[in-house]
Amino acid sequence: MGRLYDLLNQDVRFGEGLKACINCGTCTAICPAAEFYNYDPRILATTLQSRDEEQIEALLKSDFIWYCGECMSCKTRCPRGNVPGLLISVVRSLSQDLGYFVESEKGRQQLAIKRTIGEWILKHGYCLYPQEIELESHPEQGPVWGWITDNLKEVLGRFEAHYQEEGPGILRKIPQESLDELKRIFDVTGGTERFEKLEEFSRKKAEEMGKEFSPGQKSEYYLHVYNFNSNKHGKNEH
Amino acid sequence: MNIEGKKIIWKEYQKEIADDDFFYVRSCVRQSFFPGSETTFLKILRETLGKNISEHPFHTTCTGIGYHSDIVPFETTMTVIARQFALMTESGYHNYVPSCITSFGMYLEVLETWHHFPEVEKKVRELLKEATGKEFEKPKNLVHASDIIYKFRKEIAEKGKYRLINRFTGEPLRIVEHIGCHYAKMFPCKGIGGAEYPHVLIGMIEDWGGEVIDYPERRHCCGFGFRQYVVKANRGYSIACSQKKFESMKPYRPEAILTNCPGCPFFFDRWQYALSEMEGVTYGEDGQGIPVLTYEELAGIVLGYDPWDLGLQTHQVPVEPLLDKIGILYDPEKKYLGKNGEYLGKPAMPANLKFCH
Repeated sequence: MGRLYDLLNQDVRFGEGLKACINCGTCTAICPAAEFYNYDPRILATTLQSRDEEQIEALLKSDFIWYCGECMSCKTRCPRGNVPGLLISVVRSLSQDLGYFVESEKGRQQLAIKRTIGEWILKHGYCLYPQEIELESHPEQGPVWGWITDNLKEVLGRFEAHYQEEGPGILRKIPQESLDELKRIFDVTGGTERFEKLEEFSRKKAEEMGKEFSPGQKSEYYLHVYNFNSNKHGKNEH
Repeated sequence: MNIEGKKIIWKEYQKEIADDDFFYVRSCVRQSFFPGSETTFLKILRETLGKNISEHPFHTTCTGIGYHSDIVPFETTMTVIARQFALMTESGYHNYVPSCITSFGMYLEVLETWHHFPEVEKKVRELLKEATGKEFEKPKNLVHASDIIYKFRKEIAEKGKYRLINRFTGEPLRIVEHIGCHYAKMFPCKGIGGAEYPHVLIGMIEDWGGEVIDYPERRHCCGFGFRQYVVKANRGYSIACSQKKFESMKPYRPEAILTNCPGCPFFFDRWQYALSEMEGVTYGEDGQGIPVLTYEELAGIVLGYDPWDLGLQTHQVPVEPLLDKIGILYDPEKKYLGKNGEYLGKPAMPANLKFCH
C-alpha cells in the first residue's frame, strides 16, 4: 500500500466516502460540476480505489479536484453508498497539507479563500461580513447591495440588528473572548497550521511565477489567483 | 396503495421536531443578505406561536463556507461545532435549531461521525477542553428552522391574514420550491420527506393556499458551490447552475420561488439580476424577475407583517408584483426608510430588470 493512499486513509471520512465504486456513472449524471467543468466524480473514485501512487499524486496536483461544488448530490444517488463529494474534501485537505495545491490554477485559488473567508472567520466570527463584500469584487450583487452597504447601520437597524454592537442579534459584535476561543481552537486542531501552509506554499509559488506577494487582497499574486481564468476547464477546452 | 402501507414507506422520512424550548443559532449568509428573515422567524415563534426560543451572543460561525471550500480542516470544524453545543448546554437547552442549511448538514455530519467513530468524539472533547475549558452535551433534538415553521404551518395558516391566492383570478399562486442541497441530500432520513420528495416547503405552500409547481431541474443545486462562488474566476459555475434552473422553470410560469437555505435565495435573486444585465433575459412576466422568498418571509406575508419589516426591500428582484396579486397593502413611501424613519435614498435602476421604486 502506497504512501499517499495511506495518508488519505487516515482521514475518517475517506472510508466513509469510498466503499467499492462499481463505475456506474450515476454520480456523474447528477453532478452539476460534471456538467460545467471537465470533471467526472466517477473517475475520482476509480483513481482513488486503484491505489496507484503516481495517479493519486497527479490527481492531488491537478485542477480536477477543485471543480466540485460539494453540493453532495452524489451522496443521494450512489447505489453503493460512495460519496465523491466527501472524498474531494479529503483529497483537497491532503493536497494543501503537502503543498500540491499550488501546482494547479484552481488549486492556487485557495489562498484567496483563506484571505477572505478564512480571515473573516477569525477577525469577525462570521464566514461573511457585509462591510467586506464590496461591489467591485461582487458586481452581481446589484444596486440594492450598494444601497444597503451605503446605509448599513440604518438598514440593518430596521430589522432589530445589533450590527457591531454587544448582545445577541443579527450581525452582533462577537465578543473578543469568543474570538480568542475560536483562535485557540484553530491553534490546537490544525486550522492555524493549514492557514500557515496556504500562505507559505503560495509565497514560494508566487516567487516562482515572478509575481509580487504580500498580505491582504491587493498583491499581484492574490489578484491573479482570484481573477484569472485560463478558460481551459470546460468539457471541450482541455 | 393503502394508507398503512404508505405510512410504513414514509416512516423513515419522518422526524421528531421538538415542540418548544429551542436554542437558535444564526446564519452568516442569512444575517448578511436577508436580515429581516431571522428577526421574522423569532417574532413568529415568540409572538404568534408563543414559543420559548433563545440565542447566545457568544456563538460564532460554524466555519461552514470555510469547511466546504476546504480551507478549514474537519477537526477544527468539529471543535467549533462542539463549542456551539457547549453554549447550548451552558444555557440549559437541548433542542438545537440552526438557521443555516449548510450548518444543519455539518451538524448532522459531525454527529454521524461521532456516532460511528466514538474515538473522534472523545478527541474533540479533549481539544475543546484544551482550547476553551468547555464541555458539552449533544443536542437531544436537532432540526432546521424551516422544520419548525413546517410543524406549525397550520397554526400560521389559522392565524394568517392572507392566503396565497391570486386575487385577480381567484387561482392559487403558482410557486416553485427549492430545497437547499445539504438539507437532505447527505442524510435523507433527516429531512421531512427525504431527498427525493422533501415536503418541508410543499407543506407550507399548500397549507397557505398556494400551488406547488414541478419542473425538470427542481432538485438541481442553486450553484453556490462554495469555492465556485467565493472566487471571482469561478462564478461562471454558479450563474450557469442558476440559469439552468431558471430556463427549466420558466415554461411553467412560476409566480415565486420559495427556499429554505440562506444561500439559495441570494443566488436566485442576484443571478436573475446579473443575467438581465449580461444577456438582457428576464424570467418573470413582462420583463420582471421571479420574486424569490425565504420561508420566513412567506410566513410573515401570510401573517400580514409589513413587507418592509420582513426585509423585502433588500431583494434585487422586486417582490411587489407578488404582494399586489395577494392583495397586500403596503406603503411604497416607507420602502427606503432607515430604523428611525429617515429616508435613505433609492438604489440605482437596473438596465433591463423591471424594478419597483
